[in-house]
Order: sequence, then C-alpha cells, then structure tokens
Amino acid sequence: MNDVLTFIISRSNYIIYILLMMLGMYGIFAKKNYMKKIIGMNILQTAIILFFISISAKRGATIPILEIHNDHGTHATAQAINYINPLPHVLMLTAIVVAVATLGVALAMAIKIYTDFKTIEEDKILSELEKNAKNENG
Amino acid sequence: MRITGLILILLLGGLLIYGALDFPIWGDPQSPASNHLSPYYIEHTMTDTSVPNVVTSVLADYRGYDTMFETVVIFTAGIVSFFLLRIFKKAVPESRLYRHIPTGVTLRIEKGGKVPDESNHFERIDSVWIPYDLVIRTTCRMIIPFIQIFALYVIAHGHHSPGGGFQGGVIFGASVVLFAIGFNLRQAIKQLGEKFVTFMCALGVSIYAGTGIFCVLMKSKYLDYSALAALFGTDPVTARSHGILIVEIGVGIAVMAAMIMLYYNLASAGKHDEGL
Amino acid sequence: MIWQIELIILVLVVLFGIGALAVKDLLSAAILFGAYSFMLCLLWAIMGAVDVAFTEASVGAGISTVLFVAAVLRTTRRTDD
Repeated sequence: MNDVLTFIISRSNYIIYILLMMLGMYGIFAKKNYMKKIIGMNILQTAIILFFISISAKRGATIPILEIHNDHGTHATAQAINYINPLPHVLMLTAIVVAVATLGVALAMAIKIYTDFKTIEEDKILSELEKNAKNENG
Repeated sequence: MRITGLILILLLGGLLIYGALDFPIWGDPQSPASNHLSPYYIEHTMTDTSVPNVVTSVLADYRGYDTMFETVVIFTAGIVSFFLLRIFKKAVPESRLYRHIPTGVTLRIEKGGKVPDESNHFERIDSVWIPYDLVIRTTCRMIIPFIQIFALYVIAHGHHSPGGGFQGGVIFGASVVLFAIGFNLRQAIKQLGEKFVTFMCALGVSIYAGTGIFCVLMKSKYLDYSALAALFGTDPVTARSHGILIVEIGVGIAVMAAMIMLYYNLASAGKHDEGL
Repeated sequence: MIWQIELIILVLVVLFGIGALAVKDLLSAAILFGAYSFMLCLLWAIMGAVDVAFTEASVGAGISTVLFVAAVLRTTRRTDD
C-alpha cells in the first residue's frame, strides 16, 4: 500500500499522462461522431506533450532563459543543473503547432464529408455507403 | 466496438503504468533525459549564439532543420485546406440581406431580385441576422493594432523572453481572425486577399530556406548563420543571433498566413462568402 | 512549483477532457476543449516550460477553438454520443 502511494505521489504527472492518453484513445475508438474523434486525437497529442514536458522538469531549477548579462557570456558559464532541460520544450513547441495544422486539415475533411453526406456520424455514413454500393451492383 | 475499445484501452493503460514504474522520479535532476545533450545547449548557447533564451537558440539554430520542415508542414496544412474545401463556382444564394446604412433598415432580397451595388449606402450582411454591432466593431478597431504590435514584439523579442516566430505568427493571425469575426469575412478578404495570403505563406518558407541557401553560397554549411558575419559586419557569434531573428521572421510570416488561410476556408466552407 | 495548485490543475485537466468527450452538444465540446487547452497551458507554465505555455495559450486555447467553432457552425451541432 505504501509503495502504491509513493508511486502515485512521486509520479503523478505520468499517471495523468496515461489517463489522458487512454481518454484520447477511447475518443478515437469508441465515439461515432467525427468531431468527437478529432477532439480525442487532440487529447492524445496533448498527452504525449505532457509526457515530454514532465521528463524535462528538474527540481530546484529555473526556466531555461539564462541570466547572464555580459556581452557574450565568456566570463560566466551557465551551470546546466540550474536550468530546466530545454530540449523537450523545443520538440513539443513545434509539436503543438503541428497539432493545430493537423486539426485544421481534419476539420476541413469533416466539413467536406458533411457537404457530401449531410452528416458526420460514422455509422450513418457507413450505412449510406453500403446502400450506394448495393444500388450500383443491383 | 465500444466494449472492445474499452478493453484494449484498459490493457494499454495497464502496460503504460507498468512501464511508468521504471521512470525517473518527477523532477529528478539526474534523470537520463537531462544528462546527455541538453547540458551542452545550456552551457554553450551564450558562447555560440549569444541568445539567452535557450529554447529559441535550440529551435532556430542547433535544430534548424527540424523547425524548417515544421514550417513546411504548416504551409502544407494551409494548402491542403485550400484544395479540400475551396469552391470557385459562385452559386446564387437563396436570398441576401442588405442593410441601408443611413437608416439602419435591413432589406431581404429574394432569389432573382435586383441586388444593390456595394456602396456607402448599402452593406451586405450575413444571412444569420446580426443587429447593429457598434460596440463590437469599435472594440475590434481599437484592440487590433495593439494585438499586432504585441505580435511583432513577440517575434522580435524571442531572444530574451518567451516567444518567437510561432507564437508571434499565431497572434498576428489571430488579429486578422478577430477582424473577420468582428466585421465580416468579405471585408477581411478584401483587406488581405487570398492570393496575397498564399503568397505570404510561401514567402515565409522561402525566407527560411533562402537563409540556408545563402549560407551555402557564403561557403559554409546549410543554415550555419555564422557565415553571414561578413554581410552584417559583425563577429560570427552575433551573426548567428541575427540569423535566428531572420529565420524567426520567416516562420512568423508563414504561420500567420497559414492560420488565416485555414480560417478563411473553414469558416466559409470554401465559398469565401459568409463567415462566422 | 506549488504542488497543491498543480494537483488541482491536473484534476481539472482530466475533468475538462472527459467533459469535452462526453457532452452531447458539439459547440459545448469545442468550448470545453478550449478550457482543457488553457488548463494545460497553466500546467506548463507551472512546470517551467514558458515557451510551450505561450504557444499553447495562443495556438491551443486561441486558434484551435476558433477553428472548432467555425467547423461546428459549418457542419452540425447535435450528436448522439
């Protein structure tokens, strides 16, 4: 019991990331509506981002903007232990912007589907496609 | 499907929690992620590029290729939204709403009726009727310049504070989107036309790629900004700082244009007629 | 890093995420998704990732919500799940 509690307290961010990832996956798998699927996809992306930002955190460190005010910093070198790991931040910064790009494309596809089928529910679209296929064959 | 999905997801969650047992404790300074590459970036960013914001220097200098192709992804998203949705055929709408500006009377003109010219007296309004929105228009008119100046500040000050091309570009795009919402989409398209926006999107990517090609022409490696020292008349370290600024401006232009393109196409479902 | 605030925000993130997926009205789902993004932005500001928080505030909570609302108005607002 004690082990479980220490696990939860020391790794709470990882648990939340796993929860969000399951939530996003559930949204993609189980929801029939395309808008809900897109929201699920975005939640999945943010779960990954949360994971990356969590591994970059450092206790007792500050934000990765150096506090050196001389011209080229030749005299004082920054100690890496005092600053949060900036590399995951860079990767995730670009990932967020790509997330909005994929969101835009996904919404464009949803609108296109709506103009063609007048619905964005997956089961209705599938049944309509089946009906069309039957009409063509028979 | 719902039950199968739930079982699969619970399985995945169990596996991930089993994996999380081996993760380093949250905030551990000795974790493997913070011990190999990132100390180099933190310790050398001042001597290499003289940019205090480590995120900016890694984004635009050390990992410049990554960001360049990220910009290409944004550009592609804008183009894809255009190709998916854009409809050029001008269908005659069922009815149009016009407002007589001096009196504020709203006219509904049925299909086939005589449509008044766009002039100072008549103004076309969206078919979802909106009342006289003087407060919204005045607020938008006053707030948009400040948003745009803030966006330029964010792009230019990314070296010393949080910010950079991505954020500044998105904020600039958001100001245009605010204009399109507060006034209407047709007016926004009249101000910033579709061709202009597409051109800007391509221009942003070209600025980024062109900076790299220029570095090659100056007999150095692709995206090695220290080669631009002779051009700026400074030492190589400051030249890298200036090179980051140029690249960030390119990113900002591309992101701004892509956001506006996405909004134009999504809000009007490709007709560029009636917006949000 | 104040752990109480962080805990509250972590719980709110999960709640908003569940709400965005569960609610029947798609416009509400879009707005709840914006709130979810904004909570994540606060979380990243607390964890020291200021650049990421800035990007999330402008992209996730700003433009994404606008695009969602635009798409909802161009398609349909009602759904059954």
